[in-house]
Amino acid sequence: MTSREKILSAVKTNQPELATLPDVDFLLQEDIDVPEKFIASLTTIGGQVIMVEDHDAIKAFIAENFKHPSRKITTVSELGDIAEYVEDNSANPHSLENVDYAIIEADLAVAENGAIWVSEDKIRTRVLPFITQHLAVIVRREDIVPTMHQAYNKIGSNDYGFATFIAGPSKTADIEQSLVLGAHGARSMTVFLMS
Amino acid sequence: MSEIQNTTNHADLAEVFNNDEARVDWHDETLWWIRSKRDVAVNKISNWEVLRETASQIKHNVLSNLNNYLQQFEGNAIANGIIVHWAADATEHNQIVLSILRKHSIGQMVKSKSMLTEECHLNDFLEENGINVIDSDLGERIVQLAKEMPSHIVLPCIHKKKEEIGELFHQHLGTPAGNADPQFLTETARQHLRDTFLTRRAALTGVNFAIAETGEFVVCTNEGNADMGAHLADVHIASMGIEKIIPERKHLGVFLRLLTRSATGQPITTYSSHFKRPNKGKEMHIIIVDNGRSIQLGREDFRNSLKCIRCGACMNTCPVYRRSGGHSYHNAISGPIGSILAPNLDMEKYADLPFASTLCGSCTNVCPVKIDIHQQLYKWRQVIVKNGYVPAAKTASMKIMDWTLSSPTAYHTAGKAGRLVLEYAPFMVNNKLNPWYKHRDMPEPPKESFGEWYKKNRK
Repeated sequence: MTSREKILSAVKTNQPELATLPDVDFLLQEDIDVPEKFIASLTTIGGQVIMVEDHDAIKAFIAENFKHPSRKITTVSELGDIAEYVEDNSANPHSLENVDYAIIEADLAVAENGAIWVSEDKIRTRVLPFITQHLAVIVRREDIVPTMHQAYNKIGSNDYGFATFIAGPSKTADIEQSLVLGAHGARSMTVFLMS
Repeated sequence: MSEIQNTTNHADLAEVFNNDEARVDWHDETLWWIRSKRDVAVNKISNWEVLRETASQIKHNVLSNLNNYLQQFEGNAIANGIIVHWAADATEHNQIVLSILRKHSIGQMVKSKSMLTEECHLNDFLEENGINVIDSDLGERIVQLAKEMPSHIVLPCIHKKKEEIGELFHQHLGTPAGNADPQFLTETARQHLRDTFLTRRAALTGVNFAIAETGEFVVCTNEGNADMGAHLADVHIASMGIEKIIPERKHLGVFLRLLTRSATGQPITTYSSHFKRPNKGKEMHIIIVDNGRSIQLGREDFRNSLKCIRCGACMNTCPVYRRSGGHSYHNAISGPIGSILAPNLDMEKYADLPFASTLCGSCTNVCPVKIDIHQQLYKWRQVIVKNGYVPAAKTASMKIMDWTLSSPTAYHTAGKAGRLVLEYAPFMVNNKLNPWYKHRDMPEPPKESFGEWYKKNRK
């Protein structure tokens, strides 16, 4: 008998009588004042929210705040004139080692915890939002949902090879519970909230 | 001293930890502070109790249909291009990891946090076989440098002072002696491990949730170390216990809301990454591990322990854990949940753990999946006694207690003797031979028993 057969047979013998799977759709009803809560949540966990009208406002903000010459990458075609535009997932992940600033677009954002959701097609190269020193994300106001339940409701059965929720900059409190931003992932997270 | 260190008994190991009273106070307060942060986060969610109950019921369904869910998960994962392995025990798990690395001629691996690999002692095994393993979670890296086990499942080096960490970094990473600034030390680890991430061809991660419906798995970190390792490596190995299955993707909504609020009071981890298919030209492996879990599934009184999502809330709230330290549990998973999981693996070796509790029930009250932890601890005690795994001294004193309580004469005599001892010869109990007296004062004895008072005063 293979280990697979051994495990499955032991589980079958030992598992209790079938219990029904509870409904979770009732949890979708929770109501939160969405954009305000999102801003508050993300700010609390060390992120920054900048309100913008359009892509030009984003360009102006970056020109003002990231003057020093550094490698900027974007997966947003409208920003192709201020950063290297990455069109597909053909880039070697190791070639992104020296990226200072990455600007991506979120599929949706969650008010209760300040998380943004991106699937592979929005980041092109999986490692991009982690390896960059600083991360900027464009979120459209109408894409913010109240809680994780509505987030998964919207994600539904979408297909992706990889997708992730990102909530604020990378952090650790492993040394005496002192919070330090910038563990292994991005040191900062800026959300451009577009109306 | 060496004798104490060689014993694997919670009380003895707790005594070692308690030699430094100031550290015990600090440890206790730090963990209680985290517990308080949990309360603040939880109180912001109006339907928290509904969420806990729902999560518990989902997990109940999982356990009752695990055979089907495991096969469904396997089928979908394979269809997604993931290579699935099954390991009956720790040895087989470790062999599978080694064989994957050997197949690719890989001698170095980076690893993110996985309590399962701690349970399997994977690092030791790989080192013995010439594979260099670097733990990338900061806390895990620190205990790895110190050649210790994590003392907490979420906060691996919660027992360490920053000065000790500064000294470790000075020795191993060449930081200036005496620098214990958390910001500086974290930045040093970031620089050092970035090079590791960029040069390792294999990365191992744990699994927080595995979705039967889609064949994908979710890994949660705050540091981003799992993603840095996995996305830069050619081979990603993910190790999971059979109980990590959840039925559908939408159930993640329930569990991700509960996990970090219970753990540290955060609303969610910084990264909750969903791995469904390997990247083009890369390999993704999943190792599904039993290692005693199917046996626990068959123990009606203890199967609920398999609902655990490893948040650590039961440890942070436990008055015994906070004052005895994680290492006193001499098991990869410490605290109340570890004490009900460990005896399943080896009842004799871990016979002491269910007794390392006051049965106050605080663990049960904070558990996000409503495991009846303190009741299981109580039930394990009975199983352990029945199987004869209780220390001789405890058995003898229990027998005397049993005789005393079942004979009225003996009971009254013993009560009187006790009052006399406390009054005239307190040194008989207030001495070092009586472990109960440590850190405690004996009460003033009453002049008479209630029985004697009642006889005198009844009209």
